[in-house]
Amino acid sequence: MCGVFMGEETVLRPVRGMKIVALVASAGLAFAAAACAKPTEETPGTGTSAAAKYSACMVTDTGGIDDHSFNASSWAGLQAAKAANPAIDPSYTASTAATDYDPNLANSVTKGCKYIQAVGGLMGTATKTAATANPKVQFSIVDADNLGLTNVYPIQFQTQQAAYLAGYLAAGYSKSGKVGTYGGMKIPPVTIFMDGFADGVAAYNTAKGKNVQVLGWDKAKQDGLFTEDFGSQDKGKQKSDTLAAQGADVIFPVAGGAGLGSAANAGTKFVVIWVDADGFETTKYGSVMLTTVVKNSTDGVKEAVTKAAAAPDTMLTGGFMGTLANNGVSLAPYHDFDSKIDPALKAEVETLKQDIISGKIKVESPAQPK
Amino acid sequence: MTSHEPLEAEPGTTAASPDKSPALPAPDVDQYHVNPSLPPVDLEKHHDQAERQPKHRAPEGGKRSFARTFREELWADNNFTVTLLAIFLALVCGAVLMVIGNAEVRDQWQYLLYQPGKTLGDTWAFVSTAYTDMFKGAVVNPDTVNRWYWDMTTWQQVFYPISETLTNAAPLIFTGLAVAVPFRAGLFNIGGQGQAIMGAIGGGTVGLALSLPAVVQLPLGVLAGALIGGLWGYLVGILKARTGAHEVILTIMLNNIAFLFLGWYILQAGIKDPVRSDAISKPIQESGRLPHLIPDPLLRANFAILLAVAVAAGVAWLLKRGRFGFELRAVGHNPHAAATAGIKVGTTVALTMALAGALAGLGGTSVALGTAPALTVDMLGQIGFNGILVALLGRVRPWGVVGAGLLFGALQAGGNAMQTFSGVSVELVGVIQALIVLFVAAPALVKAIYRLRRSPAAAAQAGLAKG
Repeated sequence: MCGVFMGEETVLRPVRGMKIVALVASAGLAFAAAACAKPTEETPGTGTSAAAKYSACMVTDTGGIDDHSFNASSWAGLQAAKAANPAIDPSYTASTAATDYDPNLANSVTKGCKYIQAVGGLMGTATKTAATANPKVQFSIVDADNLGLTNVYPIQFQTQQAAYLAGYLAAGYSKSGKVGTYGGMKIPPVTIFMDGFADGVAAYNTAKGKNVQVLGWDKAKQDGLFTEDFGSQDKGKQKSDTLAAQGADVIFPVAGGAGLGSAANAGTKFVVIWVDADGFETTKYGSVMLTTVVKNSTDGVKEAVTKAAAAPDTMLTGGFMGTLANNGVSLAPYHDFDSKIDPALKAEVETLKQDIISGKIKVESPAQPK
Repeated sequence: MTSHEPLEAEPGTTAASPDKSPALPAPDVDQYHVNPSLPPVDLEKHHDQAERQPKHRAPEGGKRSFARTFREELWADNNFTVTLLAIFLALVCGAVLMVIGNAEVRDQWQYLLYQPGKTLGDTWAFVSTAYTDMFKGAVVNPDTVNRWYWDMTTWQQVFYPISETLTNAAPLIFTGLAVAVPFRAGLFNIGGQGQAIMGAIGGGTVGLALSLPAVVQLPLGVLAGALIGGLWGYLVGILKARTGAHEVILTIMLNNIAFLFLGWYILQAGIKDPVRSDAISKPIQESGRLPHLIPDPLLRANFAILLAVAVAAGVAWLLKRGRFGFELRAVGHNPHAAATAGIKVGTTVALTMALAGALAGLGGTSVALGTAPALTVDMLGQIGFNGILVALLGRVRPWGVVGAGLLFGALQAGGNAMQTFSGVSVELVGVIQALIVLFVAAPALVKAIYRLRRSPAAAAQAGLAKG
């Protein structure tokens, strides 16, 4: 067999070309002949003997595996679970269109995955179909509820809690008395950040008797500034330029990769509060990152798959609800800005965090998971 | 629309057509098409005109046997052989990329001189497994057949891969036709994506907003998709005919407009699903959905594929026998001559683009009412752009588009399986698709690589085309 690939490389010669065709054909025959014996009961599909392995598969949404957002962090969660328990065997399948969700989930079942991680609420319908058809396979989904099924484990986040802290911090840090935000699209997973942010600024105003303005989002009207695009850095730059021109010196882009356009052009005009994963570490613009509202999908996924692997024959119950209390959502370290933020402000943010954890302060958003 | 002036700057468009390469018959001589497997007297008569054929001179006055023609054509530069070899070449290139893309196999290549057997064996094992998985995901999985034989799985699982192939092929056939038809009129329609999106909006809106009996709602949805897509295409046609704006620019811009419009549209009250927190429309009503060919939730293949083949047949008839098809081809061949002959060039251009838009719109609708549960921004993927590849691979002929659509559907379905089973990135499928078209569009390259003979039949046709 070994010579065959060499043949492919020197395919310029027609005679070799014919040989390869013949070899491919004979390989096909051998492949067909191999399919006559009775298969073993255990692994369906093309499974290699993975008796001790716990196969954990992830299907990305159309953002792809390296979206710097929940696909990437969910995948990091599977990797982290593998580091903790080497029996876990993670793999992923990327989707290129919404209509790929069904086959990708179905193929993952065929492959013999015991745990299948769906990412994003938009995969809800497809996940429901696959989970209904395969009640013995553990499914899990980020940013959606359990879809009414017992074999679906939901991973959700009270993101508004951490965004509240960011809003308070931004209001305290701002020298111009104006802070800005914009979103990628007016959908709840985005506006939940903006709601919490606006509430945090309002809390600062109440506490200090100030009037720091939020540009780009009106929580009462649920309306604001959006790029309508999660990828275009140009559009992100336009929005932050607009906000900066109106006087904002802290800007909170909730627009995935489009937000990079703001970070790249911040200069000395404004500082940026990043979202999802710590922007100081995941982007190259650490020097302008005041902090990040972290949505810790990594820990949520890691916890879910670790628990599932520990008891492979039973379905997980309940779900993961990320809050400030369990570090499922958090405010990232200040990194470069640690020395530039007033220690009193830092202490106040820490107090607020404890108050939210204890339930003394309730942060609400119409977009929060129930 | 009576003015034909804007088209004067136009003849360059057809120059890019793959039909102009000498080995391929020009589309406008369809009616003189000679079946290469038959040795008609006509062919012999023109044979000498084709020259450069010393090896294949026909026997004195006699007819050549089928076997001989077959033998001569097998390794000659006819369309069929070139396409097949282009596919093979693309798969070989794909294999090389696969090896480069896999860390383990790539690392093993460092030890090529120490462990040549292991290196090449590993490489072969990896590549063949990946392509086998692709085949298993697109056509049939022998493991599943075997398991079904032993009553360990259902028969539905056996048909699942082919069902996926048909599911993926249907929209590609529609968008492929949407590129192929204007191509024959000398127009390059890059707007399949936008037209498909508008079609999905049209069909999807009927599907989610109404609750009529299925016999009414489904046809209504399909028609709405064709209509809205058609209007989106007509807009391009009318602008081109009236103002001379270039259709490539227009369609690219309208693609963006359609995409952003879809993003806005699904968030509007009445369209957006109020119980969902994401950007998703209300689900399509059951009565508006295209029924599955086999009523089973696993087998997604639906009536869209039958509709696609029927529409392709209609388009084939129109181009070959229909009055409009004749005018369309005449305009594509030479707008000035067509105008002189009394054909209204502007009207033909506008209607051709409307037809193209309707075809792409049907593609979008087939997804909206077939496989997508609701309207979302990412529902269509790249079907409009892949349609361009399908049309080129299908030699801008309706039945060629059907074949190319099935092949690309199989690659898509197989690619999904391949990345899950073998961990090969699904982007590779896109690369293979593009390479196939690249090689098909450059027949001289394929011919040189494989040292193909000159096809007697193709040469005879080239002679006919000139004469």
